[in-house]
Order: sequence, then C-alpha cells, then structure tokens
Amino acid sequence: MVSPLGNTVDETWSGILAGTSGAGPIDKFDVSAFSTRFAAMVKDFDPTPYMAAKDARKMDMFLQYGMVAAIQAVENSGLDVTEDNAPRVGACIGSGMGGIAAIEDNAMLIAEKGPRRVSPFFVPGAIINMVAGNISIKYGMKGPNLSTTTACTTGTHAVGLGLRAIQYGDADVMVCGGAEMVTTPVGLGGFCAARALSTRNDDPKTASRPWDQDRDGFVLGEGAGVLVLEEYEHAKARGATILAELAGFGMSGDAHHMTSPPEDGAGAALSMRNALNDAQLGPEGVQYINAHGTSTPLGDKAEIQAVRAVFGEIAGGLAVSSTKSMTGHLLGAAGAIEAIFSVLAIRDQVAPPTINLENPDAACEGINLVPGEAQKMPIDAVLSNSFGFGGTNGSLIFKRV
Amino acid sequence: MSSIEERVKKIVAEQLGVKEEDVKPEASFVEDLGADSLDTVELVMALEEEFETEIPDEEAEKITTVQLAIDYIKENLG
Repeated sequence: MVSPLGNTVDETWSGILAGTSGAGPIDKFDVSAFSTRFAAMVKDFDPTPYMAAKDARKMDMFLQYGMVAAIQAVENSGLDVTEDNAPRVGACIGSGMGGIAAIEDNAMLIAEKGPRRVSPFFVPGAIINMVAGNISIKYGMKGPNLSTTTACTTGTHAVGLGLRAIQYGDADVMVCGGAEMVTTPVGLGGFCAARALSTRNDDPKTASRPWDQDRDGFVLGEGAGVLVLEEYEHAKARGATILAELAGFGMSGDAHHMTSPPEDGAGAALSMRNALNDAQLGPEGVQYINAHGTSTPLGDKAEIQAVRAVFGEIAGGLAVSSTKSMTGHLLGAAGAIEAIFSVLAIRDQVAPPTINLENPDAACEGINLVPGEAQKMPIDAVLSNSFGFGGTNGSLIFKRV
Repeated sequence: MSSIEERVKKIVAEQLGVKEEDVKPEASFVEDLGADSLDTVELVMALEEEFETEIPDEEAEKITTVQLAIDYIKENLG
C-alpha cells in the first residue's frame, strides 16, 4: 500500500488507528488560482527499492504507486510464481483516471515543441491497465490480466471481479487493487469545477469530516492498494498466511444522476444486499461497515439511509466508519485500500475511527460512527462500500477465517 | 564544453540506465546495452534535444551503436 499516511500497509494502518489525517497544502504545482489548495498526498515516495530508476521514469506516478503496492502485496503473500502455476495466476488492478499527469505533460509538450517530442513511452506509461500489465511481466503471471475503470468504485470492483475469476475457475490467484494520482492541475481543476471538493483551505487536516454537519466536500487523495486473493485450498496447501475470507461481492447502478446519488441511497442499498446474498450472510452477521463516506453533503446522508434500509433495527448495533476522514478520497484506489483496512479490522478486532466528527448530521442519529477513536470489538464480518460517479456501486464482505 | 563523444555517451547512459564506462563506441544499444525498440526511439529523441537537430526516421533507424550516433552527429552538425 502507498497512501497519504505511509508507503506501506503497516505505516498506514498505525496512522489509521491513531486517527491521523494525511491532508496538507499542495506544493507540487502552483495552486493559487484553484478554489481548493490542499489534498491528501503521498509523502517521501521512492520507487527505486522496487524498480530501476530508468523503468520508473517511463511510468506515470499512478503506475509507480500501483507497482510498489503490488510488489509489496505479492512479496508479503509469499507466493512463488512458477512455470507450473503461472497460467493460474492473474491480476486485476484498475485506476479511475489513469495517467492524467502524463497526458497533461505530453499535451503541453505538443503545444510547445510539436508532436515529435511525444515520448514513445507515453502510451504504455499512462494507460490504465499498466499496473496489471507490468506486475504480470515482473513475476511472469500468465493468468487473466484485467483492469477496471469505474470511477470511485474501481478498487472495489477490481477486488470483486478478481474474486469472480477465482470462483468461476479462471484462476487460482488474483492480484487485485487500484492506483490513483490525479493531484495535477487538470485533475484538481476538474474536481474543483464539479464543486466536489472541500474548500477548507485554512485547515486541511479537518477538511475530510464525513457525516459532520460542517462537511463541505471530499479531500482529494492519492496512492494505491493491492491485495492477493487466492482460492482457499490453494492457499492452505502452500501454507499461506490467510488474513480473511472474501465472502461476498455485490454491485448495482443508481440509474439516477452523473454525480449525485438518489437521496434514499437505493443503489447503495441494492449493492449491499447483493453482497450479503452473495456471502449467504444475514445483516446480523456484519459488525463493521467501512463506509464510502467521502464527506460530501449528499453522499454521506444517502449511504446512512441505505444502511438503515438494509440493516433496519439492527443498524444501531453496527460500527460504521469512514477511513477517508484520514486518507482523503483515493478515487480508483479507495476501494482497494479500504478492502485492506477491512481485512485488518478483522485481524486486529478493531473498528477504525471517523475523525473530525464533531457534530454528527441529524440523519445519523443512533448510528455508531466510531467518532474520533478506534474501537476494539469482536468483528466476524466487515462490509466495505464504494460508490462512484455515473452511479456505479460495489460492496465487498470479508469474514474472519 | 564537453566533446560530442562525451555528450553522446552521457545521454546513452542516462536514457538506458547503464554506467558511462559501459558505453563503449562499438556497443549496440539493443544487444549490448539492453535497449528495446521503444528505448531506441526515445534515445534518438534525447539526442535530437541535446544537439538541437532533427533526425529523420529513416536515418534514426540506422543509428544502432554508440559510434554510429557519434558519427551521425558529427557529420550533420559539423
């Protein structure tokens, strides 16, 4: 994992449990003319322990983040890709926007110096499926090689579709996740124009405040998360450390509006119900929800409505938190890092906090949003939600093994 | 000001991620220095940039070793 809280899973997870914000002023380009001038950015990133500087130079930053996260995940899994198992090992790693920095740079180059200056590495260094492509080349993984692009649900869908590939029998192992880096003039400008971002420029660390009455938009994040999914018997046979079972995956479409959910969160509810059905789990089987919770006025409320619709009277017994209060919104990587947080919540029996939640929205009454501090609790199953522009929804359910 | 030889070697080393001492005149970009077809395209672009010139594609294809690059630059910038 590469995140605004650290460039490994351990570093990020301790930041999460301590309730740390990863947000700060943007200093990599001149932001004086932008309505939002801060983001949750990756810090002190160095790809060279993972790849040669010459190879890193050919990759947009989202690819570098993705590759580092993927290499960490594969190494941590202890999986050895051999000639025998290679056809059964695949990857599904997506991105919401892909190499937008590379696109910007090359567009500027064409305007200044003409088309002959466009690098031959521009296309393979910017297209969305190249984390999956490059990781397969590095390890010789010859199974399915895929990428998802479903806005902020990209990472969740990548993990879910990886699960399906294993269930259907196309692979025994799928390396799944998402990567994103759109903290660039065009990326920031676009989200500013859509009025999607918080403008709390005087205090970035408190800007991501899901469900708080004073929330005013999400905080742009960047980074990557990658998990190794493996068929149970396959993992057991090689003595792998099994952190959790990915038990269910649900999807749905809002069929409502380009950027806003319906007020009642009907699409979100359908996605959660589909995941519960897929896991053959009743609502009472879930103890913690890692919410999409981006800190937008409409989205946060709709998700809580959806939780109430699905969980009914037992909604009050759940812990529901948004780790985006700390990481910001990693867009296409969000679902992937949050899937990892969900797994770690089960491993450590702890619900991560929602920080900056001072005055909860009245719509959230009676729901435990884990304000301020992590809560130790017995957790057998976690539901992780992602909802994206276009009305694309995804939910994953992880269970304790 | 460094000589054309030195400047070419420096660019080849940078672009292909190899040590300058390995960039011998007779070294082939693909066979000796580990370049692929895209690396060679980018290498020619870097030479164009450094020497403020334009190398036509049909000429660029013939530049396959360090010495051929040095020769081309000398002949065409001379």
